[in-house]
Formats: sequence, structure tokens, C-alpha cells
Amino acid sequence: MQQERNEIPEPGSAYGEPLLSLAGAAKTFGPVVALADGTVEIRAGEIHALVGENGAGKSTLVKILAGLHHPDSGDFRLSGEPVHFKNVAESKAAGISVIYQEPTLFPDLTVAENIFIGRQPKGRSRLISRTQMRRQAAELFQRLGVPIDPSRVAEGLSIADQQIIEIAKAISLDAKVLVMDEPTAALSGVEVDRLFAVARSLRDKGTGILFISHRFDEVFDLCDRITVMRDGRYIATHRTADVTVAHIVREMVGRDIGTLFPKAEAEIGHTVLKVDRLSRSGVFRDISFEVRSGGIVALAGLVGAGRTEVARAVFGIDAYDSGQIQVEGKPFKARDPQAAIAAGLGFVPEDRRKQGLVMNLSVARNVTLTLRNKFVTAGLINGGKERAAAEEWSKRLQVKAGSQEHAVSTLSGGNQQKVVLAKWLATDPKLLIIDEPTRGIDVGTKSEVHRLISDLAGRGIAILMISSELPEVLGMADRVLVMREGRITAQFDRADANPESVMHAATSPAGVME
Amino acid sequence: MSETTTPGSAPADVPVADSTKPLAIEPKGRTGAARILGSRDAITIYALLAFLVFAAIAIPRFASPVTTGFLLLDVIPVLLIAMPMTLIIVTGEIDLSVASIAGLTSALMGVLWAGGLDIWLVMALCLLAGIGAGMFNGFLIAVLGLPSLAVTIGTLALFRGLALVVIGDNAVANFPKPLTAFFTSKLGATGIPTVMVGVVLIVLFFGILLHFTPFGRGLYAMGYSKEAANFVGINVARSKFWLYLASGAVSALAGIYWTLRYTSARSDNASGLELAVIAAVLLGGVSIFGGKGTIPGVVAGVLLIGCLNYALRLGRVSDVVLITVTGLLLIFSVVAPSIGSAVREWQHVRRVRRSFSQGTSTDKVH
Repeated sequence: MQQERNEIPEPGSAYGEPLLSLAGAAKTFGPVVALADGTVEIRAGEIHALVGENGAGKSTLVKILAGLHHPDSGDFRLSGEPVHFKNVAESKAAGISVIYQEPTLFPDLTVAENIFIGRQPKGRSRLISRTQMRRQAAELFQRLGVPIDPSRVAEGLSIADQQIIEIAKAISLDAKVLVMDEPTAALSGVEVDRLFAVARSLRDKGTGILFISHRFDEVFDLCDRITVMRDGRYIATHRTADVTVAHIVREMVGRDIGTLFPKAEAEIGHTVLKVDRLSRSGVFRDISFEVRSGGIVALAGLVGAGRTEVARAVFGIDAYDSGQIQVEGKPFKARDPQAAIAAGLGFVPEDRRKQGLVMNLSVARNVTLTLRNKFVTAGLINGGKERAAAEEWSKRLQVKAGSQEHAVSTLSGGNQQKVVLAKWLATDPKLLIIDEPTRGIDVGTKSEVHRLISDLAGRGIAILMISSELPEVLGMADRVLVMREGRITAQFDRADANPESVMHAATSPAGVME
Repeated sequence: MSETTTPGSAPADVPVADSTKPLAIEPKGRTGAARILGSRDAITIYALLAFLVFAAIAIPRFASPVTTGFLLLDVIPVLLIAMPMTLIIVTGEIDLSVASIAGLTSALMGVLWAGGLDIWLVMALCLLAGIGAGMFNGFLIAVLGLPSLAVTIGTLALFRGLALVVIGDNAVANFPKPLTAFFTSKLGATGIPTVMVGVVLIVLFFGILLHFTPFGRGLYAMGYSKEAANFVGINVARSKFWLYLASGAVSALAGIYWTLRYTSARSDNASGLELAVIAAVLLGGVSIFGGKGTIPGVVAGVLLIGCLNYALRLGRVSDVVLITVTGLLLIFSVVAPSIGSAVREWQHVRRVRRSFSQGTSTDKVH
């Protein structure tokens, strides 16, 4: 174990002993390897950045630190002592506090009550002493230099204030290690500055901070060291002063892409979907793009960039405020999925279990759910025709199910996804929206799904794909649109798109690139 | 259960015979039949048949046309209301105001008849009132999106209160003799009430609606996941609105039936009936969480509770015991599926383990 820790480049002497070290931690969920080699070392008095693409294993690593997941293997030490957390409470008690992107305070309790929940200071009568609680909370905020009234209720506080309260809670717990999981995602500029000031003052008092962010400007501004992860593995740790943004991005995405995702050449035809200046206040703005028959357009970007929201508006699940959507030159009714389906759209949603399938219905019923109205004679469903269609489509997509009558919940993730694809293909769509086509699907089946999508494009179906997996985007798409914070920030043709440029457009404010 | 291991244990035929396999009679017929014969609602039907055989042998006077007649007459209101209730519970919602709607229509019927209107007009107006009450529920639940439990607890009190406002403490009993006689008349010597013809038609209507129409397919999808239903273009709000409207209409029919069968229009007619209906629906295998259930199962559930009650009454068992038995049955019907799924889970785990040893070679074929 000693050797493994020595692999991390030794930073300057300004750093102290490692407070926390995790080496070679692995975590699998069934066949899915979420983390293959989780390695990170946090020293007292440093702010340490953890960066990587979506799905690189950062969240799993954080959950191991938080005590939510138990690693299958690996060495986890706090101040040199090996630890095995059974639950979150043990991790907290050992001095690790995690602050999530969206804190979950109890809205009806006061700020002070939220900080001291479960360990309220008691007065002489052995009852909760509110005065003492308020005083201690006020002291905490004074130390942090943030004016928040401890006696107000948590409801209505900004996310920034809620994070500060979580930090105050962590300090009151004597946290030695503070983990901040994308804390700035929902903050404005001033709020970010305040959060950074708090983080720096904690660092100067000897707290070790792990900072997870997709924003390189912040990472380079705030952090002392950077650890890069890719595909569930530790790649490298650098001192911030020694590296450039470009170098980090290369390490995050460096991978052989072409071989994994074969997109067959397809003839690009007429415009199928035309979206013009689509806007929804607070969600996305001025979204314009076209998808042509036989073409695959990918919406790339980080989770929360507004990609799914655009697709939902196009398909009529959600409303939009302004703009136009046309299929083959014809507009259709907004906010009505039935109209979208009639216009020739299909939607394979990101959450198969909740949105894509009715899990307790049979394979056949799921496949024909989109065709409910097609096999009707005199108002009644023609069972024979329905079964025949279900069988035909399951066969075409090679759905591996014991029987058409088995509930889809008994199938593997990849086969479930094929059922979702089958039910939309059966409607003979002109355009298929596919949101995260291979999420939760094992590697073997992934390429099968990719081949299927490429095949559909080859048959002249226009495809709008949303994917958080960069290799998938670059391997499959004829055109890549990158979204960031509700806007399209960059567009690339297949030939021009490369991991660095797409990642940059997704993470950095305009202009930072050069 | 062991036949379901076939797909795992037959590695060679999968790629070649993928298409023919579902068509081959053997696996499909077996799994299909096993599924139907072993399903939750089929169990209720077995229970009903077993009880009928037992009662016919063990309870004197049970197997007679008189029994059939009274039993069915008693069961009709529950059976009627259970139909729309099944559809509503399949979508994951509930309607607790049904008995109050029946009470309200009964009260209205008394007042309008006493006011000198033609009896057919009275009945038509009562039906409209029920539809109106159902639309009110539907508006609050489907259009405004309020939770159905809260809304219908409210309208349960509201409609009952309106019934009291309409008719007060009075009772109206002088309905036309031929009509009330018709409502208790039997089809020849069979003992089957004449009105059963209409009831059967309504049951068939709802059965076909749920099991053989696109609308019915949509209800199951909604019951499992409203979002998934939305994604395939099912109009969730509109479907729910129609269900509550239908529930109001059928409750009104039950109210009219109740009034004429007992020749009495009172504000407290059919009170508490909603619980009997929900008990029967759940006993019939409908999941209170939505997404599961069939009309045949519910019909069996309604008849099973009806028969039990009637048999116990023949045995001069007191009403307290009747209510206790109904309560126990209800609890059993809710607990049974959990036990069932626990057993199935255990079987599944065992099957997966077993196919694992044989299945490793299967995977390589694909």
C-alpha cells in the first residue's frame, strides 16, 4: 500500500501530511463498473480539485468518501489510519463532510435548527436550548464572515446560502475534510466569490477540501492540486501551477474513439426537423438547429446544460415560450406529445424505468403502446395484429426475451432499451430523439445499440441524440451542437469535432478557449 | 415455474430460431396459460368457486333460486360501482365519493318525484346529477391536478351534505308500483333478477373498455408511470376526467337502483358503500398502487364478499362478524400479493443461480 501512495507526484514542501488517502478503490454495481481505480489524496490545508467527464467515476468516489457506498476493494485511510465506513454517520463522525450541489435543508426549520439537527445543545432542564443554539450558529456565521440570520426558517434561502449553512454545519461537526460536489453549478458570480473566500479561509485554518467542478476557470483559480479521472480510473495528480487547461482536458478525454463507435456513412437528405429560436425563460434560450434525414445531430454538454429540456419541449412534453418547431416544413401543436407523434417524432427518454417503459407490462404491450390506435377494428384492439407487430419489431431489433409475455422488468438494460427503440420504430418515425442512448447499459450491448442507431440513420431516419459521453457524441454524430447553461455555445461538423474542442465549449465561458 | 428456464438452457436455438420461438405453441402457450392461471385475479376466482361449492354442500338453503335472487339484488350496487372504481384504481387514483353520489341521487329522486315530475324524467335528471358530480371530481383531480384521495374525501362529505339539504330527514316511498316491482322481479324460475341484464351489459362495457381498447391500454400505463404514459402520447388528464365522469354516472345508476329496490328515497341511502366497493376491488386483485387488475377478478371479488356475507347471514351470524370478516379479507387481499411477490422473487433468484452455471456458454453465442 505504501508504494501505491508514492505513485502520486510529491508536491512541494508547503503541503502537510495527507489527511485522507484513497488508493485503488473499486466499486461495481452488478455488471457495471462504476469505479475501477479511485485514488485521491487530500492534505491538510489544501484545496484539491477532482475533474473528469460525466461518468468518470467522480460521484462514486465522493459517495465512498461520504460513507454511502462501500468500496469492493482498495485502501482508505484517514490520517494514516485505515477506515471502513458503514454509513454516512460514521463518515461524518470521522470528520468528513460532503456538500452537494443542491443542499437538502429542512425547509420549515430555522437555520440554527438545521445546523444542529440531531445534536441540539441542551440546557439545564435537559431540554433543547434555543438561545444556546442561536448563539452558536451566530458564532459560526461570524467565523465564516457571512451574515445569515440563525433564527429565520430555511425555506426561501438561496442555494448559495444553503451551501454556506451546510459548511457551517460541517465546521460545527469539526470536519477535517470538506468535499464539495459541484458547489458552484447553481451560483452567480458574487456567490461564487463568497464561497471561494470561505473555502480559502477554511484551508488557511488547516481543513482539507476536495473540490469537484467542471469549470476550469474556477479550478485553476481556487485549487492547489488537481486529480484527473477517466473511465472510473485515476489518471494523474498535478500541481495547478505546473499544468495548463489543455493538458488537463487531454487527460480527461484521451481515448481511442474511432474504433468504438462505428457510424456508417449515410446519405444526408432533406431537412426533417427545424427548430428556430426556441426559448423558455430560465431554461434555454435562442436554440436553433436542423436535423436532416439520415443525419445524426448530437446535443453535447454537461448534465444540466438544458439539452433534455430542449428535447422535451420539441416533443411537446414541456411548454416553450417562443420560437418555432417544424417537421418537414409543417408546424405542429406545442405541448402535445400526441401531435408530435402524429408529426412523425419519437422520443427515447433518458430514464428507461420511469419514462421509457411500463416496467410491469409485457414486452409485447410495451412495444405496441405507441401503436394503440393502429390495430383497432370497430373500437376494439385486434389482439392478433398487435402480437404480430410486437413480435416483428422485437425480432428486427433482436430483443432477447424469454417470451413476448414476460414483463420488461425482467430484461437486461440493453434489451430494455431495444424495446423502447422498437416501440418508436414501429410508429415509422421521421425523427427519433434519443436521450442518453446507452445509459446504464453494459459495454457489450452498448456497441450493439450504437450500430442500431447508425443503421436507422442509414435508412433515412433523422436522429437527434443527447449524450453526456463524449466518445459516443464524437463517434456517432454528423454534427455536434454543444450546449452550456441553456444556450448553444458551439457547433462542429463531424470532421472538426474533437474531444478538446467539445469539452472546452461545454465547460468554459466563451472566449477562454484560446 | 421451471419451464421458464427454457430460454436460458437452450443456447443453440436462440440466434437461429429467434423469430419462430414466440410463434411456437409450446413455450408461449405454457407461459401464457401459467401466467393467467396463476395470476392474482385467478386466485380470487378459485376462491369464489371453492366457496360456492362449499356453501352449496354445507349450508342448507344456500343453493336455491331464492338465494341467487337476494344475493344478486344485494350485490348489484357494489358490482356496478366497482366497475368504474376498478379503472380508477388501475390508474393509481381513487374515488371515495361514490356512495355519497348514490345517496345524493336517491335524495334528488325522492324530491323530484314528490314534486310531481314524470318518473322517467326524474331518473334522467338523477343520472345527469351524478354525471355533474363526477365532472366536479374530475375537474378538481384531472384539470387542477389535486390529489384524488383528498378531493374525494371532501366530496364524500359534500355530496352527502347536499343530499341532506335536498331531502332533509324525510323519506319518499310512493314510487310507481310497476317500476319497483320490476326492480325486484326475477327472470322466470332461475331467481336471477331482471335488472341483472342491464348490470351485465355495464360490466361487459367496462370489461371491454379496460381490456380491449386503446383507452384501457393507456390506463395501465398511467397507473404504472404517468410520465411513461405521457411520453407515448396518452392524455393523462383527459383520461382521468372521463373516468370520474363515468364513476359519477354509474354511482347515480346505483343510487336509482337502491331507491327503487328498497322503495325508499333517503339522504343516508348507500352510506358506507364506498368501503365495500374498494374492499371488493382490492380483493379482486387490483393493486392499490395502480397498473394492475382485471374486471373478471373484480367481479369475482364482489361476488365472493357478497356470498360470504349472505352465507354468514343464513347462518344467523351477527353483522359485527360480517364486518370483521370483510375487514380481514381486505387485509389479506393487500398482504397476499406481497407474499406472492416474495415467493416469486425467491424463485427468480434460484432460477438465475441455476441458469448461471449453464448460461455462461449462452452469452458467448450472442
